[in-house]
Amino acid sequence: MSRLVRLDRTGHTELATWTSEDEATQRAAIEAFRRELDEGMLASATLADGSAEVVRELPLDADLVILRRPIAGG
Amino acid sequence: MSEAAVMPWRRRASEKSLAKEGRIWTLWSAGVIVTFSLPAALLIWVEPLAFPVAVIFVGHGIAVLHLQASRGARGVKPIGDPETGPERTALGLLGDLVGHETRELLQETGLALQRGRLGAWLVGQEGAILVRPGGHRVHCFCVRVAEGSDLPQADRVAHLLLALREDEEGFATVANRNFSGARWRLRLELAKRVRPALRQV
Repeated sequence: MSRLVRLDRTGHTELATWTSEDEATQRAAIEAFRRELDEGMLASATLADGSAEVVRELPLDADLVILRRPIAGG
Repeated sequence: MSEAAVMPWRRRASEKSLAKEGRIWTLWSAGVIVTFSLPAALLIWVEPLAFPVAVIFVGHGIAVLHLQASRGARGVKPIGDPETGPERTALGLLGDLVGHETRELLQETGLALQRGRLGAWLVGQEGAILVRPGGHRVHCFCVRVAEGSDLPQADRVAHLLLALREDEEGFATVANRNFSGARWRLRLELAKRVRPALRQV
């Protein structure tokens, strides 16, 4: 099962889960994903080699997509 | 990285730019030593009895060098023990992100280790230390979540870690520099709890 997670004040919130067989859960995840991006969040999909990739469309084959806020120089 | 893309006035960090910055910091440190040591030596040559004043001169120079490294050490800010539910939740996710190998180091020192092309990064809540290949030189960066005052400590680290994994050079471009120098100089200024992290990389 794949997860869409937002880093927030609660630690993190699981916004959606989906499976490759269930189109309804995929649609719900895509909708939640777009809503968060519209609010200024950035999405990061963890790749198999440990690196991460910024994504603007929900990668349905990813295990975990994390939504984070932008960073800035301190 | 979108954060770096909105800063076109900043030259993108690279292997070359970091090496150049390192040389500038070394020149600056050498300049501080010369500025304070030369008058001290002249003073002793002119009047040996002025030795205590010369010592004060040299001490001032050493203090400036300590202050520089201290600024770098303070910027990184490790995470503390989780005291609230959100802190524990955030730490759990961060633990999953860093993986088994570096989880112990995170627990021990409060910093997350991430290896990259530019070197090994130790990521804290509001900054990161980059240990360059070879391990002799460190760069300290000040970088934080833009609007993250409400976030648990471990979540702030997770934000920076993800950004670093997405684009290492972009991360170094967005971050502000606050120190570069020999690893031992930074180690002297780090809190005791954090020092083992520098040994691990």
